[in-house]
Amino acid sequence: MSDITKQSLTELVENIKNKKLSSTDVTKAFIQRSEKSSELNAYITDDFTSALDKAKKFDQNPNLDLKLPGIPMAVKDLFCTKNVKTTAGSKILNNFVPTYESTVTENIWNEGAILLGKLNCDEFAMGSSNETSHFGNVQNPIDKNLVPGGSSGGSASAVAGQLTPITIGTDTGGSIRQPASFTGIVGLKPTYGSCSRYGIVAFASSLDQAGPMAQNVKDCALLQEVISTYDPKDSTSINFKRNHYSKELTKNIKGKKIGIPKEYRVDGMPKEIEDLWQKGIQYVKDCGAEPIDISLPHTSYALPTYYIVAPAEASSNLARYDGVKYGYRAKGENLIDMYEKTRSEGFGAEVQRRIMIGTYVLSSGYYDAYYLKAQKVRKLIKNDFDKAYKKVDAILTPSTPSSAFKIGEKTNDPVSMYLNDIFTVPVNLAGLPGISIPAGHDTKGYPLGLQIIGKAFDEQNILNIAFAMEEKINFKNKITDWWIK
Amino acid sequence: MNKKNTEYLINRKDNQYEVVIGLEVHAQVLSESKLFSSSSTKFGAEPNTQVSLVDAAFPGMLPVINEFCIKQAIKTGIGLNAKINKRSVFDRKNYFYADLPQGYQISQFKDPIVGEGKVILDMPNGQKEVGIERLHLEQDAGKSIHDLDPQNTFVDLNRSGVALMEIVTKPDLRSPDEVNAYIKKLRSIMRYLGTCDGNMQEGSLRADVNVSVRPKGSKEFGTRCEIKNVNSIKFMQMAIEYEANRQVDLIEEGKTIDQETRLFDTKKNETRSMRSKEDAHDYRYFPDPDLLPLEVSEKFIEELKNDIPELPDDKKKRFIEEFKLSPYEANILVSDIDTAKYFEEVVAKMGKNKDIKLAVNWITGELFAVLNSKGLEISQSPVSAKNFAILINLIKNGTISGKIAKTVFELMIDGDKDPQKIVEEKGLKQQSDPKALEALIDKIINDNREKAIEYKQGKEKLFGFFVGQAMKASGGKANPQLINEILKKKL
Repeated sequence: MSDITKQSLTELVENIKNKKLSSTDVTKAFIQRSEKSSELNAYITDDFTSALDKAKKFDQNPNLDLKLPGIPMAVKDLFCTKNVKTTAGSKILNNFVPTYESTVTENIWNEGAILLGKLNCDEFAMGSSNETSHFGNVQNPIDKNLVPGGSSGGSASAVAGQLTPITIGTDTGGSIRQPASFTGIVGLKPTYGSCSRYGIVAFASSLDQAGPMAQNVKDCALLQEVISTYDPKDSTSINFKRNHYSKELTKNIKGKKIGIPKEYRVDGMPKEIEDLWQKGIQYVKDCGAEPIDISLPHTSYALPTYYIVAPAEASSNLARYDGVKYGYRAKGENLIDMYEKTRSEGFGAEVQRRIMIGTYVLSSGYYDAYYLKAQKVRKLIKNDFDKAYKKVDAILTPSTPSSAFKIGEKTNDPVSMYLNDIFTVPVNLAGLPGISIPAGHDTKGYPLGLQIIGKAFDEQNILNIAFAMEEKINFKNKITDWWIK
Repeated sequence: MNKKNTEYLINRKDNQYEVVIGLEVHAQVLSESKLFSSSSTKFGAEPNTQVSLVDAAFPGMLPVINEFCIKQAIKTGIGLNAKINKRSVFDRKNYFYADLPQGYQISQFKDPIVGEGKVILDMPNGQKEVGIERLHLEQDAGKSIHDLDPQNTFVDLNRSGVALMEIVTKPDLRSPDEVNAYIKKLRSIMRYLGTCDGNMQEGSLRADVNVSVRPKGSKEFGTRCEIKNVNSIKFMQMAIEYEANRQVDLIEEGKTIDQETRLFDTKKNETRSMRSKEDAHDYRYFPDPDLLPLEVSEKFIEELKNDIPELPDDKKKRFIEEFKLSPYEANILVSDIDTAKYFEEVVAKMGKNKDIKLAVNWITGELFAVLNSKGLEISQSPVSAKNFAILINLIKNGTISGKIAKTVFELMIDGDKDPQKIVEEKGLKQQSDPKALEALIDKIINDNREKAIEYKQGKEKLFGFFVGQAMKASGGKANPQLINEILKKKL
């Protein structure tokens, strides 16, 4: 079957369950396409040989009751995978092979999925274009010269390019939703505490959250159902009643109140983003839901707040990469010299920039002015959402202030790069779930996404809204397979 | 109470200086596993055999609080009569060192689990109250080993992540003796509670010592120096003595004292500058985002309160009231939980007709002497409390004399023998038959007629001679009281 890789996860699961396809057929098809797609540079490490072995083994005694029976999938290289190299896109971990498995990936394998390989990402998930990866930038399947977004750029590219039927990424400030938007796929950032952080290379602990990336909302719901579990190994994991997101998925969102926050109409936002948003509001109405104007007054403080909180936590989280225990170690005259050389050589420029920012804002004499104040503002941003949710069930915004930009276009302008996350960052600061769905194209034919933000633990609701809108939008990704020779 | 006699002052020419001391004690929580991981905390294991992925800070590893350690810290807080904070926060203390795998230590900075409390010391001139500023929980670091190889430093992470309680006093201590009493009392309380074994040799208890001096009578504090990581009471006392004198000398020379961190060199008996205030680390404390603030309920605390055993102060009070002991005796018995246990077991085994005073004398006398000479703790006593109680009863009911008891005790030590059996087997039973003793004394008086006459003429000290002769003749077994009575009658 030549069109295996074009199938959605839901279709593949159905075909394997109906024995129309074997896991080996499916795995082979994705491996072959992945091998032909090396130009995208979506993978850092492939695990094709052992994937095929696992597929064959699955087929010998298939357990078709599983949710992801024999489904091959590649995952972002921020998830620790037992006996498979895990780099976080960094030179400092370029030889690191975990002896343990992250809870989220463990959940996936327990439901029958098979690891294809580890996908490229910005170094330690710090970036919005996948250009900070030690393993080179990733190309957007939409266009050779476009970034796929970041930090889960390899993941977005791999799903859009059909190198993997689905994937998981991580989202600290928009790292799932922004690349999903740039590549025309669906990406969900779950509520903070919904998916375990155990075994995920940490960037900013109070913001990091794993989430699914898929070609459609239903696939996304199914994967979310698999990865979201309470985990006592993560003290911030929350024990709440989790829905069967895929089973409970419905397009009936009649009467739902959808907030439209005026503060997201930012200066200099391209007209096509505004137009997309208006179209989105119309879709909402078409689905029988009711758009309501709301205000989230502290929105403009979200980005500066994020760029204090996230680097602060990162500066501390990344202190463990010191060359002493594992990973890259440079030779030094003494301990301090070894530290300095290891970290100067092992970390890229963007990571070093954020470590410095984080170290600065936590320094005595600056702590109150920066970190403490940022925490207070973070609370205000959360309060904005709490207040809004007294009136509405969800919030609709554009996912990004622009479509995908060109490779190299923003690498020398970190602030302009940071502005990419302006619509996604408040959601992380408030710990809320947010989903980006493809909703249209700009004049150049590049995909654009809309973001639906939900109440905490209300993933089902935003998945339902996304599911209903998806049908009305009827988005078709324009992918030409240009990279396949 | 005559305070002046025992005041610790440093004298220079016409000036007298008072020493002000505050302690930061690091006490290892008695717990099977570490503060944030399930690794063992057992002392003395092969290097790096008690290290989990969390302890070694592997990527993606997360701390999970050990509830038992929380309970231990709260119990200690209750033992220190301290305020238990229902909400406390774990912070990261950031610094780089090879034996600190995370690059930060998880500690409590602004919101510790235990707030202000107090400890009462029994000093020769009366009681002294020492204020406790706070108690917080933190992780221990690993150990860097510099002397195994000329080129390399080795790191042992067995201790990495072990739970410590940092117990900080107010600057209330005024002398090396008070420091000695405080550490001993603190150790005693924690051993009663079972929250820290207080073993200083194994590093379970160590302290940073803050020392400053000021002219006697001054209300203001002088500039303090912190002496890091002193691991015995003796060294603490030596370090304080040295440091206080060093500071006084500087003042006398018209110089200023720099606030700094110093190290105590135990070989040279001096403190040395380690780093000045300017070089002090900026630890960039911030709340650990991997851990939610720790919240404990009133019920949780109450349940722990019910779990608190009788502590030294209460036990002492009870011993004085119940057993009519002197405060001095009671202090000796309660200061170590194992001594108190031994004593109470002896009391229980002695039954109805017991002589507690005698038991106390024997414990603090004969038993302590034997333990001392053998270098044993009372928990390792070669004589069980049960047999010890039997021995005391044998003295009390007149079966053996105190003197014979000493002989019996010597024999008991080897294999915890039953004193009753020893007395029977060796025929050491006291002669208390008046007729037999009268015959024995008659013979002695007959044999020493001249001395008997001298005694009657007024040479009273000869009485002792006759007692001695009688005891000798009985092989030491004669009941000395009866001998006295009969001699008095016959002479």
